[in-house]
Amino acid sequence: MSTLHTEEMTLNMGPQHPSTHGVLRFVVRADGEVMREAIPDVGYLHRSIEKIAEKVGYRGFMPYTDRVDYVCAMFTNQGWGMACEKLAGIEVPRRGEYCRVIAAEFNRIASHLLAVGSMAMDIGAITPFAHVIREREMINDLIEELCGARLTFNYMRIGGVGWDLPQGWREKALKYLDHFDPILEEYNSLISWNKIYVERLAGVAAVSSADAINYNLVGPNLRACGIKWDIRKDIPYSVYPEFEFEVPVGNGNWGKLGDSMDRYVVRIREMAESSKILRQALAKIPPGPVLAKTVRNFKPPAGECQVRVESARGDMGWYVVSDGTGYPWRVHVRTGSFAAMGIIQKLSAGLMIADLVTLIASLDVIAPEIDR
Amino acid sequence: MQTLIQNLIASGAFGKNPPSGLVAAIVVFVMSLVVFLVVAIPFAGIVTWVERRVWARIQSRVGPNRVGPQGFLQWVADGVKNILKEDIVPDQADARLFKLAPYLVMLAFALPWAVVPFSSSLILADLNVGILYMTAVTALTVVGMLMAGWGSNDKWSLIGGVRSAAQIVSYEIPAGLSIFPVVLMTGTLSMQGIIRGQGWAPQHWFLFANPFTFVAANILYMSSLAEANRTPFDLPEADSELVAGFATEYSGWRYAIFFMAEWGNLFIVGAIITTLFLGGWQFPHVTNNLVAMNVLEVITFVVKVLFLVFVSMWIRATLPRVRIDQLMTACWKYFVPIAFVNMIGTAVWVAIWPDGNVATGYIMFAAAIVFGAVFIRRVIYYLRRSGMEVYLNPAI
Repeated sequence: MSTLHTEEMTLNMGPQHPSTHGVLRFVVRADGEVMREAIPDVGYLHRSIEKIAEKVGYRGFMPYTDRVDYVCAMFTNQGWGMACEKLAGIEVPRRGEYCRVIAAEFNRIASHLLAVGSMAMDIGAITPFAHVIREREMINDLIEELCGARLTFNYMRIGGVGWDLPQGWREKALKYLDHFDPILEEYNSLISWNKIYVERLAGVAAVSSADAINYNLVGPNLRACGIKWDIRKDIPYSVYPEFEFEVPVGNGNWGKLGDSMDRYVVRIREMAESSKILRQALAKIPPGPVLAKTVRNFKPPAGECQVRVESARGDMGWYVVSDGTGYPWRVHVRTGSFAAMGIIQKLSAGLMIADLVTLIASLDVIAPEIDR
Repeated sequence: MQTLIQNLIASGAFGKNPPSGLVAAIVVFVMSLVVFLVVAIPFAGIVTWVERRVWARIQSRVGPNRVGPQGFLQWVADGVKNILKEDIVPDQADARLFKLAPYLVMLAFALPWAVVPFSSSLILADLNVGILYMTAVTALTVVGMLMAGWGSNDKWSLIGGVRSAAQIVSYEIPAGLSIFPVVLMTGTLSMQGIIRGQGWAPQHWFLFANPFTFVAANILYMSSLAEANRTPFDLPEADSELVAGFATEYSGWRYAIFFMAEWGNLFIVGAIITTLFLGGWQFPHVTNNLVAMNVLEVITFVVKVLFLVFVSMWIRATLPRVRIDQLMTACWKYFVPIAFVNMIGTAVWVAIWPDGNVATGYIMFAAAIVFGAVFIRRVIYYLRRSGMEVYLNPAI
């Protein structure tokens, strides 16, 4: 019997596609439902944020950092703050650091909630998304009380944070955490261990640990491959060494090590760890000022620095070069989503079109973070 | 129907000595129109509203509640909006196929209503091959979807169309095989005949007649969901993968027709299962008044169907979607062999107990009650544990 003649077709997925998490585009070469290759085409959301930094100065750039990754803007805030502080040698007050950690960890939970919810949505389950959005709204309410914004926070400043915790906020936050921990369990029983869901994710698009390092994956995507690398533990910054928490890694219990299910489960478990950190931080928060005294005309001495923050999407690097003026000479942001986009082309060979959607979702790619 | 036509001719409503064939044609046409316009289309519309409300409740939302009381008229608003929209036919599309496709889908949605047995006397046509006719005409949908997918000249539509062809044709087989056990037990293909073979009490339903029919009922329900493009088998229009599948290029009323047919088919799915396995319209004989009896029977039938429609909404709000290879695996490697086993098992069962085994019915019904009780207990346990407020009032 002669083999059936088939032809390859080129599919254009995006930039207007319901499940590409923003303005992404993939050129998919597929043979029927099976993909030969999916080539990511980045650049649709490039807003020259790094160039803007050179024009607006150190203080003025803080609100722009929110737009680097609007799903977890606290980390971009923190990264920029830390870079400036390192350049100018500013010490952040301890209460300020605690405020930063609390805000950031709440933001990490919110970001992971969105990631796991939209993942379920991409696989066709609509209810989990509505449930996580409900939880995320409550976090947004808390953060709104903190800084007045729900998405683009602009909470942190060079030398600390903009505002102290409001009256009674600590109790509200603790009450929310008491509510949140059982919700995570409920969410797991709703979707995580659902047979169809596990079947869709387990063994799909597994990344070997060598590939993960070679392709520069970071954050939950890297840890899902069994590599225990968390900036909060391994290159500690802020007050993270003072907290007890685990770094969840993938174990390949469902299919292969580093498959989509591992990436998903790592995010679920990280939310529980963030909740642990938050409880400790809220218990231990010291009194005092939240913002260090800095000169009004902020001009760090000439030099360069690189800081690394463990954002919700992994190791986020901020590289800043100062020439001694009030404007940075060069700023570069290294983001997890950009690295994650790189590996999609390799992983996509042999997957089904439906798997590409779960792959993008499981890598938790956020379009503005890719292009900046 | 025959007596109705004769009575009409005798009453002189059509003048003296009218051609009886013409009168029959007029009567059938008018009645079909009534069933379709008064029952089918409003049902499809209202179900969209019900589904959105049910989802909303499952997802801690309110759902549409602005148009009319509790948003009840939302479907009218949606329909009017869709009809008023421009009917766009893409430049590169095969316009003839593109325009024809919704009509075929509509036809596949309209034809099954002819044999839906609402009560002992309310049925448009009690064909002696009723259930066969039902499976035959519902499969017409696939032609429309394939046409839409191919005619749109869009690769996403094409994938959606091909998926629907593969899926619906494959799932016809386990669905068809799951009808056999019932046909074996009753010895008829007529819808009314099948219902008359069952009793009003659950232990006399074919669902509990023997273990094989119980499995067959489940397979038939799942296969019907697949044929009706419902989650977890809604691959042809998988919105997160294929944008809107075969309907990507459609807009306005043509798009509305596709989705009206999809929601309306839920009733057909429910009607098939109710007829075959859930005792249809069977109701205890409480009165000799024919009209009152028929009303009670219609209510019984519709309640059973609506329960199944609700279950499919529930499933859709809970389960994710399967992948195309998993879908095919489930069909060919599990459903089809199990359906064959059911068929042979039922044949053996009928050979041993030609009049059925009453004890099995009671035992299986009792087991179902126990299962239901355990389920309700678990639901209550989880509700208590989550500590969330429970709103039982359906109106918000």
